[in-house]
Amino acid sequence: MNDRSRPAVQPIGFELNGRGVQVAVTASARLSDVLRDTLGLTGTKVGCSAGDCGACTVVLDGQQVCACTVAAGQVHGRRLTTVEGLAADGTLARLQQAFLAHGAAQCGACTPGMLMAAADTLARHPDPSAEQVADGLAGVLCRCTGYRAIVAAVLAAAGGPVSLPQAAPGRAVGARVPRLDGAARLDGRECYAADEAPADALWLRAVRSPHARARFRLGDLAAWIASHPGIVDVLTAADVPCNSFGIFDAVKDQPVLGDARVRFHGEAVVALVGTQEAVSAVHDEELPIEWSVEEPVLGIEQGLAVTGAPLHDFAPDNVLVRGRVIRGEVDEALRRAAFVAEGEFVTSHVEHAYIEPEAGYAMRMPMPDGGDRLRVFACTQTPYMDRDEIARILAIEPDRVQVVPSAIGGGFGGKLDLSIQPLLAVASWKLKRPVRGVYTRPESMLCTTKRHPARMRVRFGCDRNGDLVAVDFLGDFDTGAYASWGSTVANRVPIHASGPYAVPNVRALTRAVYTNGPVGGAFRGFGVPQSTFAHETLVDELARACGMDPLAFRLRNAIRAGQATATGQVLTASAGLVACLLRLQPAWEAARRRVEALDPASAGALRRGVGIACMAYGIGNTVIANPSTMRVGLRRNGRVVLYNGAVDLGQGSSTVLVQICADALGLPVHLFDQVTGDTDRTADAGKSSASRQTFVSGNAARIAGSVLRERLLALVCAPADARLRLVDTQLQVGEGSGTRSLDLSALDADRNGDVAVGEGSFDPPTTPLDGDGQGMPYATYGFGAQFAEVEVDIELGTVRVLHVEAAHDVGRAINPTQVEGQIVGGIAQGIGMALMEEYVAGRSDNLHDYLIPTVGDVPPVVVHVIEDPEPLGPFGAKGVGEPAMIPTAPAITNAIRHATGVRVTRLPVTPDRLRAQLLGKAKA
Amino acid sequence: MSSLPYVQPAILADALSALSQQRLVPLAGGTDFYPARVGQPVADGILDLSRLTDLCGLSTSVSGWRLGALTTWSALRRAPLPAALCALQRVAAEVGGVQIQNAGTVGGNLCNASPAADGVPALLALDAQVELQSVRGTRTMPLGQFILGNRRTARAPDELLTAVLLPHSGAHTRSTFHKLGARRYLVISVLMVAARLDLDDSGRVAAAAVAVGACSEVAQRLPLLEQRLAGRRLDAALREVPHAHDLAALTPRSDVRASAAYRRDAALTLVRRALGALCDE
Repeated sequence: MNDRSRPAVQPIGFELNGRGVQVAVTASARLSDVLRDTLGLTGTKVGCSAGDCGACTVVLDGQQVCACTVAAGQVHGRRLTTVEGLAADGTLARLQQAFLAHGAAQCGACTPGMLMAAADTLARHPDPSAEQVADGLAGVLCRCTGYRAIVAAVLAAAGGPVSLPQAAPGRAVGARVPRLDGAARLDGRECYAADEAPADALWLRAVRSPHARARFRLGDLAAWIASHPGIVDVLTAADVPCNSFGIFDAVKDQPVLGDARVRFHGEAVVALVGTQEAVSAVHDEELPIEWSVEEPVLGIEQGLAVTGAPLHDFAPDNVLVRGRVIRGEVDEALRRAAFVAEGEFVTSHVEHAYIEPEAGYAMRMPMPDGGDRLRVFACTQTPYMDRDEIARILAIEPDRVQVVPSAIGGGFGGKLDLSIQPLLAVASWKLKRPVRGVYTRPESMLCTTKRHPARMRVRFGCDRNGDLVAVDFLGDFDTGAYASWGSTVANRVPIHASGPYAVPNVRALTRAVYTNGPVGGAFRGFGVPQSTFAHETLVDELARACGMDPLAFRLRNAIRAGQATATGQVLTASAGLVACLLRLQPAWEAARRRVEALDPASAGALRRGVGIACMAYGIGNTVIANPSTMRVGLRRNGRVVLYNGAVDLGQGSSTVLVQICADALGLPVHLFDQVTGDTDRTADAGKSSASRQTFVSGNAARIAGSVLRERLLALVCAPADARLRLVDTQLQVGEGSGTRSLDLSALDADRNGDVAVGEGSFDPPTTPLDGDGQGMPYATYGFGAQFAEVEVDIELGTVRVLHVEAAHDVGRAINPTQVEGQIVGGIAQGIGMALMEEYVAGRSDNLHDYLIPTVGDVPPVVVHVIEDPEPLGPFGAKGVGEPAMIPTAPAITNAIRHATGVRVTRLPVTPDRLRAQLLGKAKA
Repeated sequence: MSSLPYVQPAILADALSALSQQRLVPLAGGTDFYPARVGQPVADGILDLSRLTDLCGLSTSVSGWRLGALTTWSALRRAPLPAALCALQRVAAEVGGVQIQNAGTVGGNLCNASPAADGVPALLALDAQVELQSVRGTRTMPLGQFILGNRRTARAPDELLTAVLLPHSGAHTRSTFHKLGARRYLVISVLMVAARLDLDDSGRVAAAAVAVGACSEVAQRLPLLEQRLAGRRLDAALREVPHAHDLAALTPRSDVRASAAYRRDAALTLVRRALGALCDE
């Protein structure tokens, strides 16, 4: 190691964003690293370091390239533009304004690369076609938006000046308010998890198991450290004060660092801490680790068969948890049913593939009493759970941990579990130095959670009229090596297994099964996308058996207000599936007629089909409490501050919650500032998951706004309907001659600088489920229906999605642009799940073997927003984040069935799988 | 601690001289070099080729086309090439995304020798030769002899691949390239097929070339099929000529992208389609 050569540092000069720069760096260093680390221009994002994602796209001598595949030495004497160079004099360029106006930036992690690719495209094609735009953006992956808003923004920027929508005071709800955090996501200023750390921070890199199941012994680490200059420490399980964590108190089964054994490929074994150069130069094989490899338990069948010893002593049958919903007499009803459709359905590991890999830093902060606290800065969907869990791992009180969420470059459930945070926390706490780390893309994919693979055996029965009479669902979910959110999936799925239909007899049983696979965690829909694939396939079969149109069959069975769900919960309002289906019906019928009129003889190998699917989804946690508290303060300087503990992963809560609060308070959105997520400065808003923030935190924000309004009115004894205005530091209440004025700058302020504060809390009402799963698990449900038109190449088994039309009941669209953005983005993930996404540990842990949809894979989408108001919701709103992706995959597979006659029972339906089925059908 | 060199010559002679004196990894577009080193520092001495402008671009002479090894896919995509080289331009439009096309080079694609290299089947079908230079001299060889296996080539450590040479085709030559992947853009090929037909004055096939990629360690021509195609009339029946046994020499593998059986099956479909497309032109 000591004699390892290192590259020479040399001077490199180039023109950067119109100004000459000189740096002294290693010439073979990646340009992306030089921009970020040496020049401090962190607007250029690193998503994969392999040219696969395009997040680091810059324009070099008038051509877009990935900065991660360019050597610094190659840039000498050339002209480079990065995202920081797009905006002139602090004003967003027209292209950036168009992104803002169209909601083209959600999490923002791909946005700098997307902007640079778009700028390059517009330079080449000033008046581009949509296809030229798609060609130009083809090298940048986006996981949030589904691309359509981006393409629209680029076309709009080419078309002329862009105007940003404005909301009238008091009318923010329902307005297309541009993201309030949008500008910083468009000019490169936004600070993501890898963008900031103390200058003196040490670097941490975990060494991970190359085996799915093994025992290991560590050799003489002290000697190894001594022979490796730059390595400060190698952390082991012995360094972790409490070496177990997990989501629920009942099962804390996951170690921070493996203790003599590992249970999945990618599990952290030891953590190297030292200089960045030293920790990255170490080859894992150099470490004194003696492996004893064991036969892994892979897949649900092996897990249930308990081949070898069980994963955990406390679960001798490898079953983490069972879920159960029983209603009526299923066997009897199925016996009497006129038609029964049944099948076994299988889905795969799916990777979240957010563009920002996990990163962060931890550092000790001295307290006045002489002790220390720990600050953890990282990307997370759940700062308060992180705080409590990090404290538990360090065996200190939660109030000694401060979690400061970074801007988050996408989550989708994948950042609901701790990842890099406990490693950084343990290292920093032990070494008393700031410690930072950044996951590589392969590491991020190897060690973080996945969507649970499912194996589902399902029967659906209906009577002669087409009324569903019974559902029998048996579903097993591969939860991998550790519990994570496995019990959430196992408990949520049975409630949803009969779909958004009124069915009198339901038996839905689930198991979450331990295996040596990747950890099954939270991912947009918590198992419901999997079960929806099963029930929507079978509902289509029953419609065919009855000779009914698939939409008409669903319309007949759609659950309505006044009817009971599988858990016996009678819906009282906001059950908008019927409205969704009626909205889709004309276009659906036209598409089916058009496709069925096509002559296969003239189509060569191409077959068209149109398929539909529906969904329902309980908003918020299943049964268990999920309160949120929001605070809003009025400052002496005339600004309003929302203390917002809900983190915005890109879905837009930082905009929506302000819109709600602003209207409740009666002041315009543009007067608001925010403090977001910081556990020292906000109240606990719960996690950003389960599509709950608009509904739950939205209510808290509404109440907080109302409370502050009442307090302000009381200060001047004004009536409840009095109008509020802020003119500099003057608060004016009322109209005309009756206006009363209050000089805020003259009032006493609290330690935050607020002269008046409103606080609101909300916890959606639920009741526990009994032994048969009967009760009220959610306060409200989202509903939706989507149809997709596909073109299947029957000789190759390839599928192109040509068009998707979606209708979702969101209660009330607080921000229609964001609702549409969630829906199109969800559809893109549904397309991926249907056609291409399958994670195999150690084989597809990169973004060229693991495929997610590109701009060319997401077709035009028509979105219908249905607003059947939820009485409990803020201004009638409920959630849409997860519902958006749930029906897409079965809509596509039902369209494939319509096109080819092949029933798809395994996802993803890759070209080889579909072709095999087509050949099998031809033989039969 | 010794220092790893980073050599950035401005002329070819200096590059060859540097290669003759020390072990250096030639770096062109970087689109294969850096992805092979994710999370690792560069631990190689580098010969940065980016200043060797002599190796960029296309030229034509009596002996044929010469593609400088550093010609990027974008340059190829935009170049005014004859219909005979259509296969190459279709490759250029389908390799990676625009960023890869702007940086990636023809020479790099060949020297990286991935079984899924999009450029290989097209250049095989176009009867490409490669030119290798070193201080010891210059040699040329058919592309089929240059690529020895998965990531293995006949390039000696002191040699640079300097050009790809394509013979002039007749006035009635056409070629095409079909790529199959599981998504629209930015996809590593499940398989790809390139085909070239030289037509005689009567419109019959004088000579044919068909190559299949990602179905064996190195992309392969299909000589038996090519022989059967020769002499045939250019009509719709041409696409019925290929049969499964023409692909017998292929050795496709199952991987995360597709099963072996599928590759064999789809290869036949793509070969037929490529020939059909050439008939339709």
